[in-house]
Amino acid sequence: MAKHVLRLVAVVYVLFLLVLPVGLIVWRTFGDGLGPFAEALTSPSALHAFKVTLAVAGWSVVANTVFGVGAALLLVRHEFPGKRLLGAFIDLPMAVSPVVVGLALILVYGRFAPVGGLLESWGIQVIFSTPGMVLATVFVALPLVVRAVVPVLEELGDEQEQAAHTLGAGRLQVFTRITLPGIRWALGYGVVLCLARSLGEYGAVAVVSGRLVDQTQTLTLFVEERFQNFDQPAAFAAATALALIAVVTLLLTKLLRPKDRSHGN
Amino acid sequence: MAIEVRDVNKSFGATPVLHDVSLDVAAGSLTALLGPSGGGKSTLLRVIAGLERPDTGTVRISGVDATRLSPQRRNVGFVFQHYAAFKHLTVFRNVAFGLEIRKRPKDEIRKRVMELLELVHLEKLADRYPSQLSGGQRQRMALARALAVEPQVLLLDEPFGALDAQVRKELRAWLRRLHDEVHVTTVFVTHDQEEAIEVADTIVVLAGGEVVQAGSPGEVYDNPANPFVMRFLGPVTELGGNLVRPHDIEIRQDPVEGGSPAVVSRVVRLGFEVRVEVEIAGQDAWVQVTREQADRLGLGPGDTVHLRPAPGARSLALAL
Repeated sequence: MAKHVLRLVAVVYVLFLLVLPVGLIVWRTFGDGLGPFAEALTSPSALHAFKVTLAVAGWSVVANTVFGVGAALLLVRHEFPGKRLLGAFIDLPMAVSPVVVGLALILVYGRFAPVGGLLESWGIQVIFSTPGMVLATVFVALPLVVRAVVPVLEELGDEQEQAAHTLGAGRLQVFTRITLPGIRWALGYGVVLCLARSLGEYGAVAVVSGRLVDQTQTLTLFVEERFQNFDQPAAFAAATALALIAVVTLLLTKLLRPKDRSHGN
Repeated sequence: MAIEVRDVNKSFGATPVLHDVSLDVAAGSLTALLGPSGGGKSTLLRVIAGLERPDTGTVRISGVDATRLSPQRRNVGFVFQHYAAFKHLTVFRNVAFGLEIRKRPKDEIRKRVMELLELVHLEKLADRYPSQLSGGQRQRMALARALAVEPQVLLLDEPFGALDAQVRKELRAWLRRLHDEVHVTTVFVTHDQEEAIEVADTIVVLAGGEVVQAGSPGEVYDNPANPFVMRFLGPVTELGGNLVRPHDIEIRQDPVEGGSPAVVSRVVRLGFEVRVEVEIAGQDAWVQVTREQADRLGLGPGDTVHLRPAPGARSLALAL
């Protein structure tokens, strides 16, 4: 009996929280067939928003992959003062609201802030421009690659790397031939998670971008702006597109996860 | 000398691990670093390989000062207790690793790897992955991988420690034969005195981070430098304030010159050998006799016997 009640609660919970809202969006999007959907997504503003989103997410993934692998190696393979502090800092974006991140970035890189002013005098605009949006996204998605790679790196141990050293391999050769193949699935998982987080980021980017239509508008900002302007077909179409991307990345993570386990031993 | 270690000191944080260790390993020899765990023997091996840097002291390999050389430039083969197999590479690619790093031509690599795989009896498993091998096969693969680069010295860290008893015995005999074929200077770490005596031609006993004694297995067994080495190399018992091997004691029913009376407390039959436990002047001791001897004497608990060291017995006076 208790089992059935629990099951019912779970189903209702998921139904009202997830299935109903997402289902309604999809239903509204395709209510008038595929034509309006395609039309709404190929408008110049929508295409531009796609481009901005891809650029920001792309750079953020690159930055976080490089930093993530480096930081994971540092945290697992090296002892240094301040190691625990670094570990704590990497988890910080999980705890801080993205809006706060956006405001903090404006405080540092805004036109009237020292750093921002200096960069501005060199012709680099950070806030209300792509660099600021990339910074905000990088910050928000910072822990994902590191936290995916660290446990695998720990389990891998350093004996294989030492063995490769004694066989004549240099640091770079050890990294590309031994370390990287050892963490590849975990790294892939972290990268996909990071990509999903970057594509869906709203709060920090909203603050930093200034929401300039056709300039700094990402897909999430596009959805919100269209909705506010009563252009519901465009808002729903873009929302569905974002949801589809999310589903695809989710499937990718499912594909990557089990392989990691069988590979672990 | 293939390896010369001079006055090496090493500590991890505040814990001293090696203290003024000096060691010579002759070219072509098979040397065992023997000692209890925590004695510093693995650390010494890692210092020779360059995987640990000594705080002070020098390491010379084939006459060249290697103290500051990184492991990749020392040309040593290192075999880890847990194999350190490259899990994502096949057996063939594992063994080929060092040759690929050295950018040898493809057909030369193929020939050399297949030779080595034959040497370690893995030629049929070349395309398997390490996860598809047994522990003993993985360790043989690791050995072939280390030998592939023609190292000046081969270092093995508790090479059979993770294997079960039967496989361990087979691999010991096999390592001895392999060394006779390949002749590469080999140093291996073990805490098993039987393994050291059976395989090595030189034994270096390490305890508390210091070299306690070095010599051939016979020397170390028969002329131990101190009671610690004597205890570590084999069974001992106390007789008249001396440390004696239990098989070096004469046991008689009648009083003999130089003998001491003892009371039998227990007789344990262990197949061929019989362990006679006695109480002598209020102290426990034991004597190892053959089954035939035990039957002839007809010993039982409560009997009084007389013990004395056998002629030619090695004994060490215990400092009281």
